[in-house]
Amino acid sequence: MSYELLRLTWWALLGILLIGFAALDGFDLGAMILLPFVARSDIERRVVINTIGPVWEGNQVWFILGGGAIFAAWPMLYAASFSGFYLAMILLLGALILRPVGIKFRSKVDDPNWRRSWDWLLFVSGLVPSLIFGVAIGNLFEGVRFSFDADLRMHSTITLLSLLNPFALVVGLASLAMIALHGACWLNLKATGAVRARVYGIIPAAAIAFAVLFAIAGFWVAQLNGAHLSVPMAHDAPSNPLMKTVALIRGAWLMNFRGEPILWAAPVLAFAGALFAILLRSRPGYAFIGSALVPLGAIGTVGLSLFPFLLPSSSDPNASLTVWDASSSKLTLAIMLGAVAIFLPIVLAYTAWVYRVFKGPVKPENIVSESKSFY
Amino acid sequence: MDIVELSRLQFAITALYHFLFVPLTLGLSILLGIMETVYVMSGRAIWRDMVKFWGTLFGINFAMGVATGLTMEFQFGTNWAYYSHYVGDVFGAPLALEGLMAFFLEATFVGLFFFAWDRLSRIQHLIATWALAIATNFSALWILIANGWMQYPVGAHFNVDTMRMEMTDFSAVLFNPVAQAKFVHTVSAGYVTGSVFVLAISAYYLLRGRHRELARRSMTVAASFGLASALSVVVLGDESGYMAGLNQKMKIAAIEAMWNTEPAPASFTVVGLPNLAGRKTEFAVKVPWVLGLIATRSIDTPVPGINQLVDIAATRIKSGLVAYDALLKVRQNPKDMAARATLDAHSADLGYALLLKHFRSDIQNATPADIANAAATTIPNVPVLFWSFRIMVGLGFWFIALFGTAFWLAGWRRLETHRSFLWASLLTLPLPWLAAELGWIVAEYGRQPWVIEDVLPTALGVSSTDAGNVLFSLIGFALFYSTLLAADLYLLQKYIRLGPEETLGRPVSAPSVTHAIGV
Repeated sequence: MSYELLRLTWWALLGILLIGFAALDGFDLGAMILLPFVARSDIERRVVINTIGPVWEGNQVWFILGGGAIFAAWPMLYAASFSGFYLAMILLLGALILRPVGIKFRSKVDDPNWRRSWDWLLFVSGLVPSLIFGVAIGNLFEGVRFSFDADLRMHSTITLLSLLNPFALVVGLASLAMIALHGACWLNLKATGAVRARVYGIIPAAAIAFAVLFAIAGFWVAQLNGAHLSVPMAHDAPSNPLMKTVALIRGAWLMNFRGEPILWAAPVLAFAGALFAILLRSRPGYAFIGSALVPLGAIGTVGLSLFPFLLPSSSDPNASLTVWDASSSKLTLAIMLGAVAIFLPIVLAYTAWVYRVFKGPVKPENIVSESKSFY
Repeated sequence: MDIVELSRLQFAITALYHFLFVPLTLGLSILLGIMETVYVMSGRAIWRDMVKFWGTLFGINFAMGVATGLTMEFQFGTNWAYYSHYVGDVFGAPLALEGLMAFFLEATFVGLFFFAWDRLSRIQHLIATWALAIATNFSALWILIANGWMQYPVGAHFNVDTMRMEMTDFSAVLFNPVAQAKFVHTVSAGYVTGSVFVLAISAYYLLRGRHRELARRSMTVAASFGLASALSVVVLGDESGYMAGLNQKMKIAAIEAMWNTEPAPASFTVVGLPNLAGRKTEFAVKVPWVLGLIATRSIDTPVPGINQLVDIAATRIKSGLVAYDALLKVRQNPKDMAARATLDAHSADLGYALLLKHFRSDIQNATPADIANAAATTIPNVPVLFWSFRIMVGLGFWFIALFGTAFWLAGWRRLETHRSFLWASLLTLPLPWLAAELGWIVAEYGRQPWVIEDVLPTALGVSSTDAGNVLFSLIGFALFYSTLLAADLYLLQKYIRLGPEETLGRPVSAPSVTHAIGV
């Protein structure tokens, strides 16, 4: 495989990992966002938590593997984005740390205050990551302020406040709506009784909120300055992001779509998924597939729009990271691709088997009768 | 404190916290597999109840391990951005493979372990438990391959066009002898921790006269598994020492507080008072031959001392400056083939030239005094290493003695009658954690000033973020982790006090056969 093709494949794999995370762990995050609102009594809350109880931990690995894969395949992207978004990343970690302990510890003590506190912390553990991921994506389109010196050490002037710009907040809210919708469709599938009745009503609201915010972000992006390669760059040169010239051009983020109209299928898929979720909500399995298509379409849209850019710099556009100059060496990409080709299908196979083992809704009466066996 | 010290402190705190939970996960997961195997083979339901009870404690600990592990995966990017750029091509691969090949399996099957007792056949559940245990250990293998590469960076070279280390030989990284030795040493330490945990809590029940049937059986398993593990942790720790002797001679010399070269066969300093400023060790009690055998596996190879190693470092700094000079020339003119050849010839020492960055940014103009100062920074903190190592080894021998006694008493079925033994077991509870944390201090603090041995000084690896940000996150992590640890310890002691009956919500099954073998 050529270096160019390896880089392109790893760009696609990066997308697959992010989509896998959003589609699989997304509903865990969404269920936690909805927890305090759709479940009122202790037993209802335990129903919500136990819908994700046996599977969320495996889902979270999509995030961990995503981090590891970016480190291995796109080390400069890993270094620049995580250190550049420092405080946002620390908040994200803090929220995600709450989740394993919250789920495990909450029902281990029979005190209402203990449980209520953990319920709200679990809500935070769902809300904060959903927002931060969206805000981070929004900032990719805005461009972030960083440059490299001759040692390829990154210097950035990004602050937490500079990340909270209006466009990024819109994308953050779109992400939040997408995750909440997916969580609602999951609970629609796995919960029963009053909880299910409540999420049934939430699905249209979340889907419409997502569609509106996604559309606003789409129109807004046409007004933003997008990065554009002034001179075509080599696709197989060593990964050094200081060898190209990049211009910032208004509306450049839509150039790929203008060039290849077939790419509009991605945003259409996101809208269609949201629509399916609303229309098919009385058939929970199909509605869930609909809400899983939303991240596929939305993250696909982001990737196709930015391509070949991964992390654009607004202060020094030439230092932007692209698919062609921010990857690992050819050997590392090839070895990692081989490992993924063998092991990702195995992971998908046993994950599917585990979901089958835990098929069926979670019922409050089971939690009451075997209280010690559940979260 | 500057950003380097803050980042190091944050990494040290978060890593040491993480490793409060990892060894117990490693050890208990195997013990759960053993207990469940006995259940499936014997059909005695009490063994299933043992798995469920110890499994509850495992779960509380596992959640903390997962929570604190998240930070470890992402902290390289947030706080060690230049490190991530400089070695990500090599170091990132085992981390990603850990997620793909081990943690996915572990995290997926842990759900089956806890929630699928009624949804799987007994054999299927047993397979799930063992998959969890094996994946947990496999996870440690990948992490230690990554860590082993930091100690002994094989299979990689410096690429001037990308300004970083790049992989040249994946199998060398994979089969790094240092990584292999560290892996077996570390998982054995985890098995000791798990065994001490089960032994100590069972001893607590026997001292109180509670849950006798469950405690006695648990103790028997812990005694035999613990004895094997305690022996292996010491033997394989010795292997780690031999491996460190291959490329980290300064670490060995610092552990020994050995300022000058010991002629062959080198003697081992049992105790003494290392004096860092005066570069000598006072009141040293020495045993002849032992160090030579540990570090070189021979009686005719001398073990170099700190002062001699500093001289070697000075020579390597000068060679590294040749590489650095060539690097600047290549940067000026990428087609300068002569400079590229010079760089290649001296690139093994490039990292030594980078030690000068601590003293001046224009290191090509370094004076002999700068070089001498930079060479002196290769000495790690000798007293800390000297004592950490000795306490760790002492604890290792104590575990062998304790498990040896337990094994012997279990063989004579007299575990319950020796109250002093039960008390000793209970009081040993915190010690494996102490030994494990000291082990990491020896391994990582002893690697200083390098983050990648001989390749990249720690101070250069940090992100160029604001020091205030790191101070904020450091305080945040310290408070947040401590709160979670308090909740974790509260729950563990609560469930230990409640005991198996309350934990399971029903009486523990009688120790008789309840069903025949088979599914």
